[in-house]
Amino acid sequence: MAATLFEKIWDSHKVDDIDGRSLIYIDRHMVHEVTSPQAFDGLRINKRKVRRPDLTFATMDHNVPTTNRSLPIVDQISAIQIKTLEKNCQEFGIPLFGLDSPYQGIVHVIGPELGITLPGTTIVCGDSHTSTHGAFGAFALGIGTSDVEHVLATQCLILDKPKTFEIKVDGKRRNNHAVTAKDIILSIIKKIGTAGGNGTVLEYRGQAISDLSMDERMTICNMSIEGGARAGLVAPDQKTFDYLKGRQYTPKNYDDLVQEWKETLKTDDNAKFDKSFVIDASQIIPQVSWGTNPAMTADVTDIVPDPAEFAKGDSSQEIAAKKALEYMDLKSGIPLTDIKIDRVFIGSCTNARLQDLVEAASVIKGRKVSPNVKAIIVPGSQQVKRQAENMGLDKIFKDANFEWRESGCSMCLGMNPDILSRGERCASTSNRNFEGRQGAGGRTHLVSPIMAAAAAIAGHFVDVREWV
Amino acid sequence: MEKLSKISSVITPLDRPNIDTDQIVPKQFLKLVQRTGFGAFLFYDWRFDQHGKQRKEFVLNDSKYSGSHILVSGENFGCGSSREHATWAIKDYGFDVIIAPSFADIFYNNCFKNGILPISLPRDIVSDLMKANVIQVDLAAQTIQYNSKSIKFEISESRKKTLLEGLDDIAVTLQHDKKISSFEKTHVLRFI
Repeated sequence: MAATLFEKIWDSHKVDDIDGRSLIYIDRHMVHEVTSPQAFDGLRINKRKVRRPDLTFATMDHNVPTTNRSLPIVDQISAIQIKTLEKNCQEFGIPLFGLDSPYQGIVHVIGPELGITLPGTTIVCGDSHTSTHGAFGAFALGIGTSDVEHVLATQCLILDKPKTFEIKVDGKRRNNHAVTAKDIILSIIKKIGTAGGNGTVLEYRGQAISDLSMDERMTICNMSIEGGARAGLVAPDQKTFDYLKGRQYTPKNYDDLVQEWKETLKTDDNAKFDKSFVIDASQIIPQVSWGTNPAMTADVTDIVPDPAEFAKGDSSQEIAAKKALEYMDLKSGIPLTDIKIDRVFIGSCTNARLQDLVEAASVIKGRKVSPNVKAIIVPGSQQVKRQAENMGLDKIFKDANFEWRESGCSMCLGMNPDILSRGERCASTSNRNFEGRQGAGGRTHLVSPIMAAAAAIAGHFVDVREWV
Repeated sequence: MEKLSKISSVITPLDRPNIDTDQIVPKQFLKLVQRTGFGAFLFYDWRFDQHGKQRKEFVLNDSKYSGSHILVSGENFGCGSSREHATWAIKDYGFDVIIAPSFADIFYNNCFKNGILPISLPRDIVSDLMKANVIQVDLAAQTIQYNSKSIKFEISESRKKTLLEGLDDIAVTLQHDKKISSFEKTHVLRFI
């Protein structure tokens, strides 16, 4: 019978039925310091082992400092969490890419980079942005700590089968340099809403998706969760296979696997999705979020909306939009390009891979950060950092007065010292503009790396199409 | 896990859509390495101002609702981060039931691991419940009674059983150990 890519992966990983739910085998489990300590404790209390330490990989990213790594960690509680992960990995025999590893980085950046992420596999991590790995045609989903413990103990999860949701991005972008993957995914979330994908796995398809590089596809899949989806994926193609060839953990029989994947890892022509949404890439322009969830986003040429118009008759949405404008200290009717910013953050599992930094550098080169703005760039991993430095990007950034940091999650969620002060406004390449996300009282506007770079220089948002 | 069956309590109305897990437990409180004690941080930035003083206008600070076990809220409750700390905080604070028009997937799943019953109901019924005072939730019968009305709610049989019997999912899965072993014999080697 005709099946979608997701359904094929699901069926090939189903071990058993449990009370109307499915027991699904997990091929890769990524672990980090924040959502794992209680899971390891649970194993110890119940005298359970890690079933497959060889399929489990750990790194520390959420609260690691991004400044000088040779200094001790100032925040004692962060230090305990990092130490706890080291001890747990040692006790249970799990490979760890620790603070001193040349491969340390944000868990969703290093998985693909090391070839741990593979097409057709199931991947989990105690982090909602695990959907990133779907860019390789994997079913990758974020889980809570109890499920982290469940996978450690059994290498399986009990799941309800999600529905399928086709997201078709037709046509071509008008300006590939100015309109990025970030603008595509923000435009999709703006239309389907923050709960539009609830209970579904998204499959991104269409010309504009095929045109994207792997780094760009990761940006798209990364934010599937902001549309409420369980996961998001893109069928693998030659770009996917080329990307993974010869990496540290790429399987020995890789070429055989690729031959097999070319036959199997695609949605059949006559397969049916439970839901579909179509968007025309040629109509997408650079995006800026104005509110406190990622669907509260507008074209850079727009004004801050009126809550009633935004809500289209939904009273609870109208109240939410009013509260959002109050929190963001914005008035309806002002052009988005009039909004002045205090901080710029280029980083996170959404936008801290090499291509993001190359694009940001293209705008920054030969210019200076506005004197009223403090701007930092945090590469997604130590590998990305080295590659960027080999290309001389760090020099471009530093010459422009950007701070060039060590890899980690950093100001995306502000668990380390990189936070906004109360009232500060930030152009951020991260994924969430929730109240207080980047620091209590801080105000976040989500944008692409080049939009963030241009805003850093101008001191306010600009339509980057005028620059590149 | 403790069992859950009948809950009778005053409801706490928190009528906002898209309440995310960053609001439920702000990230500065995610650094603990145990599961207990998170109730003190529930909705921290809404409950307390920057000086740590209670914000009088926030519903959880209204003594009318103290001792409430049932939270009633807006669409897409629990969206955002997968942090289970959010469910630990809700349970630790004293809530056993959350009623909303819809829930985010990861949060919904996390509830059942921690003895919390999430009930999703049509928006107009949720709005009506917001105005109720004391309500009775009966999981076995799948009913909610309030103001002499009785309404039914949906929940899958296996989810219901998990809460009624306080089941440990890992123990359930380990009963399938033989099947897992035979599955991984042919499956895992392909990717190494």
